[in-house]
Amino acid sequence: MAHDTTTADAHAEHEHHELPTVFGFWVYLMTDCIIFGSLFAVFAVLHNQFDGGPTGKELFEISGLALETALLLISSITYGFGMIAAHKGEVKSVMMWLAVTFFLGLGFVFLEVKEFAHMIAEGAGPDRSAFLSAFFTLVSTHGLHVSCGLIWIVTLIVQLAGTTAIPERMMNKLTMLSLFWHFLDIVWICVFTYVYLASMI
Amino acid sequence: MLGRLSFADIPVDVPILVGTFLGVAVIGITVLGLITYYGKWGYLWKEWFTSVDHKRLAVMYVVVGLLALARGFADAIMMRTQLALAYAGNPGYLPPHHYDQIFSAHGTIMIFFMAMVIMTALFNLVVPLQIGARDVAFPFLNNLSFWMTTVAFVLINVSLFIGEFSQCGWLAYPPLSEAQFSPGVGVDYYILAVQISGVGTLLTGVNFFVTIVKMRAPGMTWMKLPVFCWTALCACVLIMVAFPVLTVAVALLGLDRFLGMHFFTNDGGGNQMLYLDLIWAWGHPEVYILIIPAFGVFSEVVPTFSEKPLFGYATMVYATCAIMVLSFLVWVHHFFTMGAGADVNAFFGIMTMIISIPTGVKLFNWMFTMYKGRVEFHATMYWAIGFMITFSIGGMTGVMMAIPAADFVLHNSLFLIAHFHNVIIGGVYFGYVCGMNFWAPKALGFKFNEAWGKRAFWCWFIGFYFAFVPLYVLGFDGMTRRMNHYDNPNWYPWLLVAEVGAVMIFFGIVCQVTQIYVSIRDRNLPGNVDVTGDPWNARSLEWSTSSPPPPYNFAIIPHIHELDAFMHDKENGIDTRHAGGPYAPIHMPKNTAAGFFIGAFSFTLGFGLIWYIWWLAAISLVGVIATVIARSANHDVDYYIPAEEVARIENEHSRKLMAQAAE
Repeated sequence: MAHDTTTADAHAEHEHHELPTVFGFWVYLMTDCIIFGSLFAVFAVLHNQFDGGPTGKELFEISGLALETALLLISSITYGFGMIAAHKGEVKSVMMWLAVTFFLGLGFVFLEVKEFAHMIAEGAGPDRSAFLSAFFTLVSTHGLHVSCGLIWIVTLIVQLAGTTAIPERMMNKLTMLSLFWHFLDIVWICVFTYVYLASMI
Repeated sequence: MLGRLSFADIPVDVPILVGTFLGVAVIGITVLGLITYYGKWGYLWKEWFTSVDHKRLAVMYVVVGLLALARGFADAIMMRTQLALAYAGNPGYLPPHHYDQIFSAHGTIMIFFMAMVIMTALFNLVVPLQIGARDVAFPFLNNLSFWMTTVAFVLINVSLFIGEFSQCGWLAYPPLSEAQFSPGVGVDYYILAVQISGVGTLLTGVNFFVTIVKMRAPGMTWMKLPVFCWTALCACVLIMVAFPVLTVAVALLGLDRFLGMHFFTNDGGGNQMLYLDLIWAWGHPEVYILIIPAFGVFSEVVPTFSEKPLFGYATMVYATCAIMVLSFLVWVHHFFTMGAGADVNAFFGIMTMIISIPTGVKLFNWMFTMYKGRVEFHATMYWAIGFMITFSIGGMTGVMMAIPAADFVLHNSLFLIAHFHNVIIGGVYFGYVCGMNFWAPKALGFKFNEAWGKRAFWCWFIGFYFAFVPLYVLGFDGMTRRMNHYDNPNWYPWLLVAEVGAVMIFFGIVCQVTQIYVSIRDRNLPGNVDVTGDPWNARSLEWSTSSPPPPYNFAIIPHIHELDAFMHDKENGIDTRHAGGPYAPIHMPKNTAAGFFIGAFSFTLGFGLIWYIWWLAAISLVGVIATVIARSANHDVDYYIPAEEVARIENEHSRKLMAQAAE
């Protein structure tokens, strides 16, 4: 009986070591969610504090936004293809899909920075009014997250390069990045509807 | 090159600070010199600084927490002395500019770097052992949390000698904390220290939450989880929900200051009430983050020293969870006077009063545990009983302040100060000292000295009443908080009494330091050394291991059949340790220096931002990211302790146990 217990424990212990990683990251993401929730609340409070400056209706352009949104949503799909490839153990294919996701994400960040630069040049920077402070902070916090995701994607591509199989530790990393990337997609949908569309109606 | 830092920022014209600096420098050089003389740097680095062992991190956390206590208390007694002097035309010895920094630093340090740090120490020491786990879920993150907290504490102390600290109170309310009214570096020190330590706290919260949820020993269902772990779990949930809000609040204040944004400014459409809501949406759960683990400590200590199971385990669990939920529904009671309206105030007033119900359940549970128990008046138990008395009084004054109409009179008066010190000293601090006395043998392998422990208790207990009951009176008499000098003759005698109380508490701290010194000196005396690992005939799993436990905690993970698992095994003649094996190799995490380097880079990042030294901040940020990536690429993160080594350690402990039993 004692012997059975030991082997069962050794097995359980081994699983313990790997399993909580993804769960722990998910829990961390929920705390990140509260950061975004707080920033949304701040935006809700300050969304009409224009201080005589430009309003959302005057500033936002739907065409650029649609493109941004499309890039990010498609990047979620391409990451999904990457995960399918990872489950099949096809390293090359994973790297390819990660690269595609990277460029789509880069395009999103590029468009966002362009939009910001344009607004700041027009005199509608984050120091213009409380509304713009809240807008820039919320949207750029999301953008900063996407940028961190981009660094993460590059890191994983480099770590995958030259390998032929996907060990458990790498699979965990890919799964966590997957959670992160889809999470940012969901946040963006909220940003898009609540910050942009609601301001333009 | 050095941003806004210049030699003019070194306060050489303030004798108190120069004296402090010389003192710290002398002590620091002596300590560093001794470490070098005895050649201990390698040992400290390999065995402690880079350690991912939760038991070692616990000891390091306690060291940081006690240093913070010393700093925070120095601030406290300086304030009391100022107010004992600064009466009727006497300006006292602290000019307002300096005095305001002291009360701001006192609050910030006591909450973030004393209370939170010692709480984390207890989590680290106790939680994995109580649930029968070999480590926490993320050992590397645990080490990283420690360094983030520690560098933040160093950063806040750097403000003593380079520049200044915030003069805006421990929560830095705008608009006073905005660049317009506080253009110096003080608030920036506050912001960066809080943010860096906040990262550490958040990671701790996630880490211990996942540890408790995922790594309990087989058979340990939720209702067999020791109460301390329940309280740790609830505190972790509160950390995970509340600390991101603090991060946002303080970050937005930073954006106002650094980038000229308008979240909380007077102009540009800013809204100061928004800051108050955000900061207290964190701040009220925060005080429950501190007190709930203290409740957990008492729930372990009282049954052990009453030789009875805890009365009402299930109600204790439900009460803890109820407090956890309710703590999010009361934050407006911190600013009843700010015009939220009668309906809103009534709601938050009633919610606040409701919290006293689960808290009362807990108090009665502890008292019924003692009732008809064989109570041993150990020093640890002194702190527990002192807590029950003191905390009840503090709780009742809290209910008084929960009445909005009464709060309009008491708000921001010394009555408030007396109330929260009553619950934080009488609840949190007594609880943590109780816990440190209780678990010291587990962490160190020897018991703390009893006589000095009791002396410390009496000085703290009596000193507390002398120091804070006068503040209740002064509050009714109209004295507001954060006052630098006054001319009301009615206040003067009470402030002298409070000063006497502060001096008594000082002697309490002296007794505690002496207690630690005497305990270490006499650690090998027969009555002091903890041979069995179970010096108190205690109930939960941590006492089934040797003291201090081996690196892997449990050679064979125990199976849990009952609540109070270890007591159940002792009563039924089951060997929890499964001495004799057979043992298997044990998978362990390797030590890592990554946490230390991420911490060090975060420190220089914070310092660079505070002083506008942008190149330093940029390099540090790159350093943080590079260290994280390097750590992620490192595959050499774990090792196995061979079965023979496990058997050797276990057999040696078995031999000691048998020798002890034979005596």
